[in-house]
Amino acid sequence: MLASWNNRKALLAKTIILTVFLIIISIGGIFMEEAALETDFSRKNLSPCFKYLFGTDNLGRDMFARTMCGLSASIRIGILASAFSSVIALVFGIAAALGKRIDFIVNFLIDLIMSVPHILFLIIISLCFGKGVRGVVIGLSLTHWTSLARVIRAEVVQLKQQPYIKISGKLGKGKLYIAFQHMLPHVFPQFAAGLVLMFPHAVLHEASITFLGFGLSNEQPAIGVILSESTKYLVSGMWWLAFFPGVMLVIVVICFYAAGNNLRKVLNSASAHN
Amino acid sequence: MILEAKNITYKYRRDSKYIYRDFSIKVESGSRLGVIAPSGFGKTTLCKLLSGYEKPLSGKVLLDGKNLLSYKGYCPVQMIWQQPEIAVNPRIKMRSILAEGDNLRESLLEDLGIKDEWMDRYPQELSGGELQRFCIARALGEKTKFLLADEITTMLDMVTQSGIWHFLIEETVRRNIGMVIVSHNRPLLEHVCTEIYNLCQ
Repeated sequence: MLASWNNRKALLAKTIILTVFLIIISIGGIFMEEAALETDFSRKNLSPCFKYLFGTDNLGRDMFARTMCGLSASIRIGILASAFSSVIALVFGIAAALGKRIDFIVNFLIDLIMSVPHILFLIIISLCFGKGVRGVVIGLSLTHWTSLARVIRAEVVQLKQQPYIKISGKLGKGKLYIAFQHMLPHVFPQFAAGLVLMFPHAVLHEASITFLGFGLSNEQPAIGVILSESTKYLVSGMWWLAFFPGVMLVIVVICFYAAGNNLRKVLNSASAHN
Repeated sequence: MILEAKNITYKYRRDSKYIYRDFSIKVESGSRLGVIAPSGFGKTTLCKLLSGYEKPLSGKVLLDGKNLLSYKGYCPVQMIWQQPEIAVNPRIKMRSILAEGDNLRESLLEDLGIKDEWMDRYPQELSGGELQRFCIARALGEKTKFLLADEITTMLDMVTQSGIWHFLIEETVRRNIGMVIVSHNRPLLEHVCTEIYNLCQ
């Protein structure tokens, strides 16, 4: 009893530490935007040193500030996109409870979007909406909901067979009432964990389409932009231009992944709502 | 009112054997029909058919001559399930579970011995017997005309059993509700029912 309580507490503590770390990066990055854009040719191409932790690039910009700023932008875009995306997933997943025809349409949409690689849809949608932050967020939101929607739909389909759902129907309750009153509490843990776990995907995809030139614009200090610029200088031995931003991106993604998994464990344990 | 099954045929899968073949049964308001059969004879299936949870392959379940499945909204035929644990949503508090019933009168809870402190608990924090009382209360809404009891007191001790049956008989007689009581316990049925039907015949 005590052991499981401690376990839960440890999980929660870990999740909180990870969250605080991510919040610091995302807020700190906003304040570094000026420093990230500042060029100074007297300090160009410096390798990492005490003053410039991540070195500087060929325009003399501080790579630490640029990395933080880029990560912050990525995290904010990721939060926005996964929030939209998971709401779409929740609505479509629960819509499966409303009738066979709606369920068929939802399933068809999921299959349709899943059958094409994410990145292709992302590029097309992002281009359609004029690239930039808007294009990326809309693109990410419209492509990332499928797997979570499938998980929620599976749960809903299983719930529909439960006696208490059928009884509720015989007591004269409508499908909408049943979906919100009976099914939502069951799919909520999946939803919350799915929301956080969608995040790493969104951040990585944002970075990759920006890297490919279909995402954020070049002036913006985004991780994708930094990485794609650095490829030009890698051959001349300036490894720090790609190394630190890349490592930081991976660390942020791992943090989100760990936080999501912890959250799922906390929410899914049998005693979660006691 | 009359609840009747007319020439119903039923089996669960296409390749399984028939559970009911040209089967008919009839209950009137205010009477209590006991149905007795050993395990596996389709007692629960009969309840599900009579309350519209399952649809007969042929034949009809009629309430006052009208097909039961054509009633929209609150179903006048309510069934109380054998295992209360699966009949309540584990993520919803008892108060909201009861709120699903149709205009339950206040004294119902008192009559069934439901304590106020149980209302703010989740189903897994109550025992089977306590849960079953909630299920009985929930099924006794204003618009309920027939009540199907599927082995509802098998998990209770004798004293509680007798308390619940006394209450149910008093309540259904007063409101002129018809009952179908399913059990394999003949002495119980002989005690509470006005007539007994043996499924084995």
